[in-house]
Amino acid sequence: MKEVSTRSTTGNTAGSTTGSTATTTGNFCGHCGEASDGGDGPPSDVHQRCGERLAMEPPRYCGLCRRRMKVQVTPLGWTAECSRHGMFAS
Amino acid sequence: MTIQANVPTSPTSANAGNGHQSKGHQGKGYQILQTARRQVLEDGIGLTQAQLEEILRLPDEALPAALELAHQVRLRHCGEDVEVEGIISIKTGGCPEDCHFCSQSGLFDSPVRGVWLDIPELVKAAKETAATGATEFCIVAAVRGPDIKLMNQIKFAIDRINEEVDINIACSLGMLTQRQVDQLAGWGVHRYNHNLETARSYFPKVVTTHTYEERLETCAMVKDAGMELCCGALIGMGESLEQRAELAAQLAALEPHEVPLNFLNPRPGTPLENQGIMDGKDALRAIAAFRLAMPRTVLRYAGGRELTLGDLGTRDGLLGGINAVIVGNYLTTLGRPATADLDLLVDLNMPIKELQKTL
Repeated sequence: MKEVSTRSTTGNTAGSTTGSTATTTGNFCGHCGEASDGGDGPPSDVHQRCGERLAMEPPRYCGLCRRRMKVQVTPLGWTAECSRHGMFAS
Repeated sequence: MTIQANVPTSPTSANAGNGHQSKGHQGKGYQILQTARRQVLEDGIGLTQAQLEEILRLPDEALPAALELAHQVRLRHCGEDVEVEGIISIKTGGCPEDCHFCSQSGLFDSPVRGVWLDIPELVKAAKETAATGATEFCIVAAVRGPDIKLMNQIKFAIDRINEEVDINIACSLGMLTQRQVDQLAGWGVHRYNHNLETARSYFPKVVTTHTYEERLETCAMVKDAGMELCCGALIGMGESLEQRAELAAQLAALEPHEVPLNFLNPRPGTPLENQGIMDGKDALRAIAAFRLAMPRTVLRYAGGRELTLGDLGTRDGLLGGINAVIVGNYLTTLGRPATADLDLLVDLNMPIKELQKTL
């Protein structure tokens, strides 16, 4: 059986009371799957919008490898599984 | 903190000029509102399609009065209780249908991947939902209609949940055969969800893989079998105000027990991804109109309200005809934290409806 790690996700939820803290760290945007901005500079307009959306929906792409993840949303949480990097959870 | 949304100000302060002359205190001088007060509030008769169009065309200055009237209608004909529900997807993605708003269609280039939820996770979610005070737990599958495998999964899930959780179970599994309707009723499913989504005249713009009539057939079978019909709307898909009124009237004609009211949340990869989010005041007008169309129906806040209405608009809708909420997350997107809605109900002094097993 495949060993699955459970990872926390880092937050990007300013200005929202919705439940996700859903920006996976790494090279790729969890919302659109494109390369993330990286570095310490401000996010681009595109990914700023992605960050806002990620406050209201779980990530669909693994931030580490860009694979589409299997996402399961439940009333009080969510999980997102990357076939390479394991499980992320709210 | 508050959620930013398309409601720039509360309707209770929404008196900004828009070209209309003031007609009485907060719009109470509008003839349609006087008519609605007599017809709906006092006599319990829903507004007609033509009358609903008038409600949907009310200027901003009349919106507070329309919401106040809708709230009075809800209190008189439904009571003060608010019904709380959790929903969960047992089978996500890979749907063969082409509902243009849905990220779970396998026909669109959506980032949503197909996944099945196992039964222990489903039972766990039901327990968590019940712990919020919810009395309804709706199991949803992204399918045209259930096959034998899904029906077996549903039966197993219902049995396990009933063993461990005190909560009413509803299902939403697409279009059903008569045999499947009878099976679900026999298993104790007390309510079945099957939405009309939009007006008959606009439906072909939104769905091409099945017809409005097919949806109506399932709705009719569900009612005939004694299950409560939950039949909802998704507004903000580009339909006209007339079509919005048409939808409310068509739903009223079905006499569903519950109408979940969704607002389009444009999903990446779907044909409606660039549709934009509907105006918050138009959403509030729609809430008032749907209540005035269906004075005795459970009118539930469903998906998209966070984007369309935000925190402030959510409160306004609960004081404008809404008497039920989906608590927590939706099927593929996230909702407000359950505590935010539950705290709001406390603030508004609205009790949560208690559990009544109906089957």
